[in-house]
Amino acid sequence: MRLTRGSIDRSTSWQRKLMCAGMLCAAALGLAGNAGANTSNGYNLPTGVTDLARDMYGLHMEVFWICVGIAIVVFGAMIYTLVRFRHSQGAVADTTMLHSTKVEIIWTIVPVLILVVMAVPAADLILKQEDTRKSELSIRVTGYQWKWEYSYMDAAEGVDFFSTLARDSNFARQVNSGIDPKSVPNYLLEVDKPLVIPSGTKVRLLLTSQDVIHAWWVPDFGAKRAAIPGFVNELWFKVDPGKEGVYRGQCAALCGRDHGFMPVVVDVRTPDEFKKWVETQKAAMKQAALPAPASPASPAPPAPPPTAQALPK
Amino acid sequence: MANVHASNTAQQPDHAHDDHEHHDGPATGIKRWIFATNHKDIGTMYLVFSLIMFFIGGAMAMLIRAELFKPGLQLMDPVFFNQMTTNHALIMIFGAVMPAFVGLANWMVPLQVGAPDMALPRMNNFSFWILPFAFTLLLSTMFVPGGMAAAGWTLYPPLSLQTGDSFPMLIFAIHMMGASSIMGAINIIVTIMNMRAPGMHLLNMPLFTWSWLITAYLLIAVMPVLAGAVTMLLTDHFFGTSFFNAAGGGDPVMFEHIFWFFGHPEVYIMILPAFGIISEVLPTFARKPLFGATSMIYAIASIAFLSFIVWGHHMFVDGMPVAAQLFYMMSTMLIAVPTGVKVFNWTATLWKGSLSFEPPMLFALSFLFLFSIGGFSGLMLAIVPVDFQYNQTYFVVAHFHYVLVPGAIFGIMAGVYYWIPKWTGHMYNMTLAKWHFWLSTIFVNVLFFPQHFLGLAGMPRRIPDYAVQFTDWNMVSSIGGFCFGASQILFAIVIVQCIRGGQKASAKVWDDARPNGLEWTLSSPPPYHSFTTAPEIK
Repeated sequence: MRLTRGSIDRSTSWQRKLMCAGMLCAAALGLAGNAGANTSNGYNLPTGVTDLARDMYGLHMEVFWICVGIAIVVFGAMIYTLVRFRHSQGAVADTTMLHSTKVEIIWTIVPVLILVVMAVPAADLILKQEDTRKSELSIRVTGYQWKWEYSYMDAAEGVDFFSTLARDSNFARQVNSGIDPKSVPNYLLEVDKPLVIPSGTKVRLLLTSQDVIHAWWVPDFGAKRAAIPGFVNELWFKVDPGKEGVYRGQCAALCGRDHGFMPVVVDVRTPDEFKKWVETQKAAMKQAALPAPASPASPAPPAPPPTAQALPK
Repeated sequence: MANVHASNTAQQPDHAHDDHEHHDGPATGIKRWIFATNHKDIGTMYLVFSLIMFFIGGAMAMLIRAELFKPGLQLMDPVFFNQMTTNHALIMIFGAVMPAFVGLANWMVPLQVGAPDMALPRMNNFSFWILPFAFTLLLSTMFVPGGMAAAGWTLYPPLSLQTGDSFPMLIFAIHMMGASSIMGAINIIVTIMNMRAPGMHLLNMPLFTWSWLITAYLLIAVMPVLAGAVTMLLTDHFFGTSFFNAAGGGDPVMFEHIFWFFGHPEVYIMILPAFGIISEVLPTFARKPLFGATSMIYAIASIAFLSFIVWGHHMFVDGMPVAAQLFYMMSTMLIAVPTGVKVFNWTATLWKGSLSFEPPMLFALSFLFLFSIGGFSGLMLAIVPVDFQYNQTYFVVAHFHYVLVPGAIFGIMAGVYYWIPKWTGHMYNMTLAKWHFWLSTIFVNVLFFPQHFLGLAGMPRRIPDYAVQFTDWNMVSSIGGFCFGASQILFAIVIVQCIRGGQKASAKVWDDARPNGLEWTLSSPPPYHSFTTAPEIK
């Protein structure tokens, strides 16, 4: 397991060297190194790679356009008024206009109807969002100051690791580090060991915390939920087949000094690749567990043996 | 309201007499302020205090925006950043916005209801003088081991329990602010209920006074709840209780419930008096009575009622049963209805009016547009499923700053520009005030509008450093922030100049617009004891 992490580290540092060498423009765009990983266009919600995120995006746009429609009517009326009824243009006030029960009833009822139009699909989506039944893979997510622990259940039972901010980002984010954040791939959005999940599978996360309140969030999945000590919160998502890739988010609840530095990175793989990954993880764990009992004076460091097994994957 | 007319011609000789004898004027020197019992002196102190806090809280905001100008940490440690966000909020809410409204109430409620002073003048003195001590205590936490509180103004445990030595000082400061607010609120209610001029029925009261009557009840209802919540934090920290400690059988989410039961009415405490001010300013400069005045009062009252049953919308991502999510979503959406009624009534007030654009009117109109934008994003945030994406991002920051800055604070500025000639007896520099308006309105949008984009694109709030794709909008927002901050200096200049002198203001001040209400029947500045004989309401 540790070795797999090492190999990932090595490959990212390779990518970094490549980028430093030539891809200045890509660096300026930040996420260009991971095309397609973030489905936000930079000023709107991500369109998402799960059913839920797409529904959220759809509902968001529906409500947004309704608001724009109302704004055009209301602001239009205001602007017309400001232009049309100016004292400087000799406008005379109609002081008899005190109230009108009729229009007041109209502008109470009409907003209520508009609200109903928004509330119905929203209520539907709430029910869908909260339906965590029939999940195919459950993962326990525990928040710590300032890292995440992922403990797999079901088919991957036993796989368990921590996920913390990647070293490159960690160096660059120190006060006056002298390292340009733009030179660091996925600055602040990279971890040493990402959560790996299969696509096309209903994944359920069980969230809790060991210290303060955190929140786990991947915008592209439409998945955000607080991790609270003493509570277990649930959320689910199902990444569309064909949308495999790396997706990034951050802790979304102020959790102290390094709240801004505990990213969430999820590596989505096809179910087959995921199965292989789980086997490697389990094998690595078994390997790590074996030599322990007998010889305390064993000269072999714990790291080397799994290397050969981890790499061929 | 519209039909309040006063004939206090008999009164003018009265206070001319008072002034002449000097037996009843203000004390001289510092005693005038320390032992102040006069509603105008206390109102002035509240307003000056609020302006100072506005600049201190603003300075913190400038530091925040400076650190966020570009990615990477250039200026400060993340802990200091968190201290700044936390204390910026505490100071702006409890030190700037709330005291400003209490100051306006102190000045204007007795004038609007035809009273000589507030009902409880000594308590009035006490409620003001607590504040400088509370905020000295709060600001002094900067120098204790561990520094200022850094857990966010919401003080969620367990994080807030990690605060250093400043923790008990913070709690005591909050207790003092709460005590001050409650006393202020009691005073306002007693004044309105008992000291209205004969013939002024409740439904005839000016809208600003109405909005404060309702706000005062909200304050009395929720400030003790906040005091209770922070006291429980205190005992959890020092006396081994486990109210919010899961390991001891407590419940950290319970704090959130208690806090937001206070917190949501609190946001209406910060906007309802602004609604009142706007309802005074728009009719004056539209030269036309407020449209649907009675329904405006009912709208304020329904917003106040609804504010007690929507607190859960702050906590959707914290885990909540489906039924509760549905309830809080719908109750929150319902607030859009009375708020909409208010916006429509204000628009109808302008309709067929005769509009002129003096500084108070400009700020009121800016309020009308920009507060509505905050209302739209508020409606979006109420939609639970999408709130899961918006929650704890800059979208929320943009939303509440739109309702608090061009909402509450522009409301206060409209009120100050509307009434300050009445207070000082001088007109102010209109050109400078208009510059202040245009710069504020332009840069408040440069400052906060891009934050919508940042939030939607996925930038969490309360982070000192961010991924590089958020750089551009943060830069725009920071530039807007610096310019907005700098343009507030004009506000201070206009005020100081206006206090020192200027063209003499008439009793009606806005003679051309003929403002309505009892306050305009008194001289500018009004006599020391305002209405020594009750005016007659026809």
